[in-house]
Amino acid sequence: MNDRPTAEELLRAVERFLEAEVVPRLEGVPKFHARVAANVVAMVAREIETADAHERGEWLRLGALLGSDDEPPEEREVRRAALLARNRELAERIRAGEADAGPWRAELLAHLRHTVGDKLEVARPPRQGREGS
Amino acid sequence: MSEARRETPEAMAERLAPWLAAQLGREAGSVRVHGLRRLAGGSSRETWLLELEVTGGWEGAERRVLVLRRDPPGRGGEGDRSVEFRVVRAAHAAGVPVPRAHFACSDLGVLGTSFYVMDFVAGEALPRRLLRDERYAGAREKMVPQLAAIAAAIHRIPVETPELRGVPAAPPGASPAEVELARVSDGIRAMASEPHPALDLAERWLRARLPRSARRALVHGDFRVGNVLFDESGARAMLDWELCKIGDPVEDLGWLCTRAWRFGADGLPAGGLGSREELLAAYRAAGGDEVDPEHLRFWEAMGSYKVALVFIQQSWVYLTGRVPSLELASLGRRTAEAEEELVRLMEESP
Repeated sequence: MNDRPTAEELLRAVERFLEAEVVPRLEGVPKFHARVAANVVAMVAREIETADAHERGEWLRLGALLGSDDEPPEEREVRRAALLARNRELAERIRAGEADAGPWRAELLAHLRHTVGDKLEVARPPRQGREGS
Repeated sequence: MSEARRETPEAMAERLAPWLAAQLGREAGSVRVHGLRRLAGGSSRETWLLELEVTGGWEGAERRVLVLRRDPPGRGGEGDRSVEFRVVRAAHAAGVPVPRAHFACSDLGVLGTSFYVMDFVAGEALPRRLLRDERYAGAREKMVPQLAAIAAAIHRIPVETPELRGVPAAPPGASPAEVELARVSDGIRAMASEPHPALDLAERWLRARLPRSARRALVHGDFRVGNVLFDESGARAMLDWELCKIGDPVEDLGWLCTRAWRFGADGLPAGGLGSREELLAAYRAAGGDEVDPEHLRFWEAMGSYKVALVFIQQSWVYLTGRVPSLELASLGRRTAEAEEELVRLMEESP
């Protein structure tokens, strides 16, 4: 186990450095790219904070849609490979027309709204999220 | 095309001046190009500003500010700008506010890629300024009717106009919407590195709602705030014609309403400026066809589906090692923004 600061805390320090000390000293394209870099670092920090909960939630919802009550694999790489496989199966069933109508479609849409919301919680800088509403 | 073609602006100006003199029917030494410099923005096309000095004057002026638009050199497969040039001229003749385009050059010996030259038009194109700055408050009142009138004028240009020869079109008998849906779906399948169930569901939703309209018109292809120059008094010029095609005119209106082009002003679907109803009423008032709101909704959803492809494509350029850009890398995660909107549209109209 590593000592503190944690990975998230270190990333937040890099984000703060870029925002507070690099961005104000630059102009034009490099300034824009420094801002992008700060956003990316913050995005990775949000992903680390939320990944376990998001992946578990997605696993369980996919299980309900695909008719499986298996627990998610413990190990991260295995879990991600298994999530990709479940999403591939879901995509195939959608392309085969199984979600064109009916109660499964409503369940699927609720799942997609939830999953996309989780992805945006990671991808979208909080201030931009507020701007839209 | 090799990087050797990336000449200095001075070297470009020296090759450009005699070519422009020939276009104007003047002696080579009587035309000079000053201050040639590249303007920011535009990765698919380069835009350059220059001042032309003509001894003896051209249309009564010794000096004249022009804009040059060309394919970036070194990409390979450079297109022919002459189609875009002719379309801009046809739009000008039809009364669409566009910069007056003067000359096109397909001879790669002059600047290395195809280009054309047009009048410089002053104005602001940056959406966030146009949508928020106080100085454009008056112009904002007119933007929806003006955009609707520009669209109506573009869509009224007869597709048989000789200047439109060579403009891409869906094959005869095929539905432009179906062709576009297939193109975007193929692109997503070819470039997405992971499954996107939301996009698969959206594809089926779109396929079930393909508009049956048979009307074909000149379509601008990138009709949105950001590609129109405005000043405080209103619209000055429609720009960026490189995606024009013969297709379903409602595509332009749907693209304008696509969520990504509201720039955060989500409550105002028509470009972050007004309602869909205002847009359709203004389009009708300007001589455009009556548009069924469901037809508009199809192209608006199609817009988000296309935006998803754009984000997937940009991250693909990074992931395949083509361009090591942090910005391109970060855009892949924005695919979820387009998915969110598509899911919302599907829940609204299941």
